[in-house]
Amino acid sequence: MLLKQEALAGTLESSDLFIRITPSDDPLEIVIESEVLHQFGKQIRATVEEVLDHLGVTTGTLIIQDKGALDCTIRARVQAAVMRAAGETTLDWEALK
Amino acid sequence: MASDRNPQVAGLAPFAGFNAKIPFATGPEANGDRKILPDLEEAIRRTGLKDGMTVSFHHAFREGDKVINLVVETLARMGFKDLTLAPSSLLGINAAIIPNIQSGVIRKLFTSGLRGKLGEAISNGLMDEPVTFHSHGGRVALIEQGEIEIDVAFLGVSACDPFGNANGVSGRSWCGSLGYAMVDAMYADKVVMLTEEIVPFPNNPASIRQDQVDWIVQVEEVGDPAKISVGAARATTNPRELLIAKLCAEVMEHAGYFEDGFSMQTGTGGSSTATSRFLEHRMRAKGIKAGWALGGQTGGMVDLHEKGLIGTLVDTQSFDAVAARSLQANASHMEISTQFYASPLSKGATVDRLDMVILSALEIDLNFNVNVLTGSDGVVRGAIGGHADTAAGANLSIVVGPLLRTRIPTVVEQVTTRVTPGETVGVLVTEHGIAVNPNRPDVAERLKAAGLPVKPIGDLYQRAISLSGKPEPLEFLDNVVGHVRYRDGTIIDTVRQIAP
Amino acid sequence: MRLRRSMLFVPGSSAASLSTAFVFKPDSVMFDLEDAVSLREKDAARLLVFHALQQPLYDGIERVVRINPLDTPFGHDDLQAAIRGGADTIRLPKTDTPEQVRELEAAVERIERDCGREVGSTHLMAAIESASGVVNALAIAQASPRITGIALAGFDYVMDMQTQRGDGTELFYARCAVLHAARAAKIDCYDVVFSDLDDEEGFLKEVDLIKRLGFNGKSLINPRQIELLHNAYAPTQEEMDYARRVVAAAEKAEKQGLGVIAMGGKMIDGPVVDNARRVLDRAAASGLRKE
Repeated sequence: MLLKQEALAGTLESSDLFIRITPSDDPLEIVIESEVLHQFGKQIRATVEEVLDHLGVTTGTLIIQDKGALDCTIRARVQAAVMRAAGETTLDWEALK
Repeated sequence: MASDRNPQVAGLAPFAGFNAKIPFATGPEANGDRKILPDLEEAIRRTGLKDGMTVSFHHAFREGDKVINLVVETLARMGFKDLTLAPSSLLGINAAIIPNIQSGVIRKLFTSGLRGKLGEAISNGLMDEPVTFHSHGGRVALIEQGEIEIDVAFLGVSACDPFGNANGVSGRSWCGSLGYAMVDAMYADKVVMLTEEIVPFPNNPASIRQDQVDWIVQVEEVGDPAKISVGAARATTNPRELLIAKLCAEVMEHAGYFEDGFSMQTGTGGSSTATSRFLEHRMRAKGIKAGWALGGQTGGMVDLHEKGLIGTLVDTQSFDAVAARSLQANASHMEISTQFYASPLSKGATVDRLDMVILSALEIDLNFNVNVLTGSDGVVRGAIGGHADTAAGANLSIVVGPLLRTRIPTVVEQVTTRVTPGETVGVLVTEHGIAVNPNRPDVAERLKAAGLPVKPIGDLYQRAISLSGKPEPLEFLDNVVGHVRYRDGTIIDTVRQIAP
Repeated sequence: MRLRRSMLFVPGSSAASLSTAFVFKPDSVMFDLEDAVSLREKDAARLLVFHALQQPLYDGIERVVRINPLDTPFGHDDLQAAIRGGADTIRLPKTDTPEQVRELEAAVERIERDCGREVGSTHLMAAIESASGVVNALAIAQASPRITGIALAGFDYVMDMQTQRGDGTELFYARCAVLHAARAAKIDCYDVVFSDLDDEEGFLKEVDLIKRLGFNGKSLINPRQIELLHNAYAPTQEEMDYARRVVAAAEKAEKQGLGVIAMGGKMIDGPVVDNARRVLDRAAASGLRKE
């Protein structure tokens, strides 16, 4: 999926996360800042990478501020950010699992 | 001649006049204001404090304390080195002492806990010597055993009289109970009282007594009572905390100790203060009253006391203004020292007579061991307080807490830091259900019979990680930054420096 | 037979609420994509709900999604998220006519086929929020075999009626009409939300009224109301004892192959047995009523 514009998703509330996604021609760069980094940093990164992979995102920059969100929230927020950045309104549900 | 009348007995000094052998002028020449000194530096000089000695403080003002930082700053200015700091506890506001640790003014530290930047700095290896973490009762035991030898105690009070009689319910800045300070006043070699006001003699009641006080210094402020409850005691409207509180009240009702005259300590977390509200209804429904309530007292407990539902409030720390006011006004609101409260070596620790205590936890593991000291990142960000003391003394200790704090599970395989041993923990109450220590089959039986959702603690653990994922183990360096001492003085765990 | 006493609204845009609401154990949880979500967050809330629906910890709780009306730009996407996420029930807001239900039914079936979900496995619930909805209540209730309940929503309804919320008089006809439609169609019926969280007494008074009218329960906006509601619907010891005797008599009659159920020399009808079973269900869920 092609990122066309910068997009934001999520909030800085407890149990949520805030994502800023910026298109670029460089390989994907993911920056994660998290309150629970010590214990869940690897899992958060794995989830984000998996979601991006399913959506076919291979370039751009993702900056994540995580406030202890559960996995299901992380998936939803990354997907929302990508959709917004790609300007997609119809969702490919099969890619969202 | 009088001297002719004086007998000469070997080994006994002969009488030489009524005033000759007394260290200060007495009688008509006595100066009733002799303890009052113009400033803190003068007081410090008079105590004879030397490099390497131990100074102590109370932390009844918690985040509002203005004494610890002031005194440490003054000691630094006067050029002292290698001091041991032995306050009853330290809080976020005491981050101000970090430069004085770096410069060698403070070499060693005893405390119930650490918060904020100071906790972070120490977890990152700020001190050469490991910090000693103790419980409230355990601190008194370390003092009684001589491991903490207090050379000078600096005790902040809102008001005292010219001889040093002081309480926490006169003057402007009330902290309520002086339970921590009473111990220091009793055991310190020298006591310097910092007071906001000097009131006429005698200041009654004398929680700290004139026969314990050496010097008095008047200062601008000793503490801000409005900040006592910051970060600890608070009322909650959070539905999840209320749910936990309600379950906790049901556990208290059905565990076997809810009889007329029972005793309890409810603590100060959001859920535990809410529990007292739910208890009122249950006590009325059953037509019973509590004989007494122990511990840090709050407005919630005072409310029950004033409604006649709790006989006596036994108070070692007043957690809000309502509790402080009650200590002043209510005859059955009793001020006690932490020795009276919880020292395992004293001739009587009140915790040993306690029926039920509600406790919090940052982590509790599959063996019911509890951590209230280090956070999910391994950094010291809590305090032992009376946790280990009451858990050991009470007939039933009930740990309450959410199963997850955002993504961080409270129930874990093994606690990061063992503060309270699992053998002294009876019940865990979370919003997902209740677990009973296998060493309390009697309690499990009664709670199940009452229809409460009792399940193995392993089930709660599985539920937690099914939501959060399994946490990765924390990474520590070999350097030990803290010794966790059990209340009897033994070492129960160490805290290591966190990996960068 | 599912107990439907409490249906807890959870804002679809709140990550924290979506990941914790199950701990309050409502009978049904309703993830709201409509009024609780601002226009620019519709897309993100839909995804949050899609993933929250797949959390295993909602097991045992009916998962309802309130979608936006199908004539908005959001309704059909909401439906995709709900059905593919595994929602038990779709709640359609502002239902004025049976045609709206049939349109929804067709859309649901298409998605079920697309995603490989069993056709017919998604239930529907219609919220009635207008005068025409109330007048058409029976037709709405009977519009689809998928409909398991209808709910009265008070706020828009009183606006439409040119009145306002008061002592309940303003809802009297609507409550009776909607309830009769539900009972005639043999489906469940939910009452309006009670929005003053601090007025416990007022809430219990309203619960007492709607319980006596015959409602299954209420939509709720605060978890604190769940236990109050469940307790109000819990049977007394006396009701419980009677229900047990009725069910025992029915089981005995069935075992002996008798067509007639007798208890204490009196004949008992089928509906009495059904009612006794409902009493036992409520007692099993929340125990006996605490005063």
